[in-house]
Amino acid sequence: MNWADLNMIPAAPELFMLSAILLILLVDMCLSDEQRGITYGLSLLTLVGTAAVQLYTYTPYPVYTFSNMFVADPMGDIVKLAMYGTTFLVLVYTRQYVVERDIFKGEYFTLSLFALSGMNFMVSATHFVSLYIGLELLSLSLYALIAMQRDSIPATEAAMKYFVLGALASGLLLYGMSMVYGATGSLFLQDVAKAITGGSANHVLLVFGLVFIVAGLAFKLGAVPFHMWVPDVYQGSSTALAMMIGAAPKLAAFVFVLRILVQGLGPLVADWQGMLVIIAVLSMAIGNITAIAQTNVKRLLAYSTVSHMGFLLLGLIAGTPEGYSAALFYTVIYVLMSLVGFGILLALSRAGFECETLEDLKGLNQRNSWYAFLMLLAMFSMAGIPPLVGFYAKLAVIKAVVDIGLIWLAVVAVVMSLIGAFYYLRVVKYMYFDDKQDNSPIVVRGDMKLVLSVNAIALLVLGALPERLLVLCVEAMKQSLNAL
Amino acid sequence: MFENLLSLTVWTPIVAGILVLATGGDQRAPLARWIALAGALAGLAVSLPLYTGFDNLNGGMQFVEMKPWIDALNIHYHLGVDGISMLFIILNSFTTLMVVAAGWQVIEKRVAQYMAAFLIMSGLINGAFAALDAILFYVFFEGMLIPMYLIIGVWGGPRRVYASIKFFLYTLLGSLLMLVAFIYLYFQAGKSFDIMAFHDLKIALSTQVLLFIAFFLSFAVKVPMWPVHTWLPDAHVEAPTGGSMVLAAITLKIGAYGFLRFALPILPDASRELAPFIVALSLIAVVYIGLVALVQTDMKKLVAYSSISHMGFVTLGLFMFTGSHLNQWAVEGALVQMVSHGFVSAAMFFCIGVMYDRVHSRNIADYGGVVNKMPIFAAFMMLFAMANSGLPATSGFVGEFMVIMGAVQVNFWFAFAAASTLIFGAAYTLWMYKRVIFGDVGNDHVAEMKDVNKREFLILAILAITVLGMGLFPQAFVSKMHLAVNDLIAHVAQSKL
Repeated sequence: MNWADLNMIPAAPELFMLSAILLILLVDMCLSDEQRGITYGLSLLTLVGTAAVQLYTYTPYPVYTFSNMFVADPMGDIVKLAMYGTTFLVLVYTRQYVVERDIFKGEYFTLSLFALSGMNFMVSATHFVSLYIGLELLSLSLYALIAMQRDSIPATEAAMKYFVLGALASGLLLYGMSMVYGATGSLFLQDVAKAITGGSANHVLLVFGLVFIVAGLAFKLGAVPFHMWVPDVYQGSSTALAMMIGAAPKLAAFVFVLRILVQGLGPLVADWQGMLVIIAVLSMAIGNITAIAQTNVKRLLAYSTVSHMGFLLLGLIAGTPEGYSAALFYTVIYVLMSLVGFGILLALSRAGFECETLEDLKGLNQRNSWYAFLMLLAMFSMAGIPPLVGFYAKLAVIKAVVDIGLIWLAVVAVVMSLIGAFYYLRVVKYMYFDDKQDNSPIVVRGDMKLVLSVNAIALLVLGALPERLLVLCVEAMKQSLNAL
Repeated sequence: MFENLLSLTVWTPIVAGILVLATGGDQRAPLARWIALAGALAGLAVSLPLYTGFDNLNGGMQFVEMKPWIDALNIHYHLGVDGISMLFIILNSFTTLMVVAAGWQVIEKRVAQYMAAFLIMSGLINGAFAALDAILFYVFFEGMLIPMYLIIGVWGGPRRVYASIKFFLYTLLGSLLMLVAFIYLYFQAGKSFDIMAFHDLKIALSTQVLLFIAFFLSFAVKVPMWPVHTWLPDAHVEAPTGGSMVLAAITLKIGAYGFLRFALPILPDASRELAPFIVALSLIAVVYIGLVALVQTDMKKLVAYSSISHMGFVTLGLFMFTGSHLNQWAVEGALVQMVSHGFVSAAMFFCIGVMYDRVHSRNIADYGGVVNKMPIFAAFMMLFAMANSGLPATSGFVGEFMVIMGAVQVNFWFAFAAASTLIFGAAYTLWMYKRVIFGDVGNDHVAEMKDVNKREFLILAILAITVLGMGLFPQAFVSKMHLAVNDLIAHVAQSKL
């Protein structure tokens, strides 16, 4: 490789972020526990700075670099910006919570940022190896983050489960990748696609590899039948970590899936479509039905995540640019909604008390009608009731499957979302219809209250005016996929 | 001045609702009430020009507004009314005013949220009637579930949780299938959600039948038709008085309106093929539910069942086909019945609410001899009971008479079965009236009842004038809907195969 020819500009945001993380590590060493706020501030600054670099280096077409192993394209850029925003929100929401639980340490921030850079590489990678490295950077950071609460048995158990199952999934993925490599002779996504289209690859071998890849991806997304880790990890980890796992990594995982299945194995669409249909239907069904039986809100949100992943896959199943952009839109909206849901749980938790069960939400409208309203917005949005934005997300993916003639799938999807509506309504019931049992005041930092309010109201505002975001997703997808 | 009239009718109540919410806790409840009243009055005021400015000789959509909304999905902010939907918007704005007044002193906890929920719902309902874009319609149609869910669940009776969730899920089931139907039609219509474009689509009969089933499930639950009516008695009984008034007066009408706006004109052939089925269900509703109403011991439940029975009349009237032609008498009768039932059922529920506020019971057996203590109230309720049983000179008579007239022309036995409602309706309503109002004072609670106060008197008087007015001058609104009905009949008569 000739260093003089190396174009670093497409990776500028990642390079900026990595340098900043190293700087934070250094600075944090010199800080006492009372000064930890500086690390917090620097982390937020890093996110803002990275976003600024991202916007500054934005190009409306894909740019390849690092021997074509890395790409900066509009789809990736949008997802990255969304991930910076998400991580920013997560750090703001969890600040008070982690302080109260004694994990307000330098590692908390650096590991979060390392996870984020891992996600960035997942989003930008165009080579099986760089994809895998990004995934592992994310996963290892998350395992460590969960295990940070080392005195908490549930958290340690969750970290262990996540680690073992995550390693298994990575293994499946790698095995599948090796099969594809064997069949096509390349690890570059574009070359894989070309080899398959060219017809020189052994189809049986390819499909064999594809099965493993799809299984590995389903693991990472948390889709049925590879979803068992999701509720356990959500419940065992602290709410802060559950929020972190449920937010930005879903965005990264979505692009990861899109890169591998569409950009790499796109010519095999007829083969993976059927697999995804099964996974999507099972995810929607099992996620929604099992969620009904949950009394723990974190588990409930975990199963709701599983069902949302099913909906998201509907967009991919369509195999059309409209479908992909619908799925992208769905993912972004899903993350926005889940941030509000977990944000409320964090706001209601305090030192020595975890807001975890449905009972803990009882009479929230009497205790604080504003938070109850914000949670109400999140719940109805997740249920897909207009005028909240969750409705347009569902509309977009259902439209995509109707477009390719899978009307039965659309009917299954709406029936499942009807079943799902029940448990979202039940959360609202606890907040609004029941009398309060807990009289302790809800103390929330002013900045978190403001950000959380904006976050939740965004669900309503985007519901009234979803046009901009939809167009953004459509355009980004169009420009990124045209380059194939 | 007329350019944004429909937008005003939609958004005035919603903005007022948000203002009411902003007043905050119950320490500022009086302020919340006055803002709510002002908002409801403003809502009615902006909807009245729809009536006065309406062109009777123009068969198309009027007061049309069309702006791009979500270009990415080709969804438009497209509003417009014909002679049918215009009447319901006014009915709705009127009912909202009554509801705000009805809850004035009765609702003591979380007043701002209560008033705001009704105002916001009122705006959403207006939107559903005015929407000419399928997704816009769907947004309003579904959006109104949220405030209603909260109204029943927060301010309702003992079994409110069960009732509210049942109400929500039942309604959602139907409407989700309708959404799939909309998306299917969107692709058929060349990627357009315009309802008017749907009207002109050619669709094969087998597809029409499937789409009809999707629409049917959505609207039949809303109407509600037998056998998917079971959410209604629960919801009506458990809802606070205002909630029952809005449910009976307005939301049920949206179901029937859906048949008019979607099922009939988009799927005329399937409608014709399946009309016997709808007619059968409607007659079952009229006769069987009428009998069910007879044996109720709970006043609210009785009126709820009578609503189902009356709505059976509406769906019967809408599906009276002779060959490929709908019967004009029947369709107009159904519409008159809808408007009339809106006023009468709201009045009946309000009357029950007035008694409930004093005795805190809905059981017929807990009353008796109310007339001795509340003579003015008894006189008003007499009028509404008569209207509910379809006495001539009240609004209730006109619609039923027209539907029966239409039914006779189609099939004598339909008319015969439908006409039984005149007997059953009179039986259950008047029998209840007799047991509650007449006789000796039944118990100590009744003995302590005080006659209506000024606020209640005003509401009752306004409702009474409307009911009588509609009975004596039905032409005032039949003339408005005439052309729209003619167009509908002409449209439905053309096969779309």
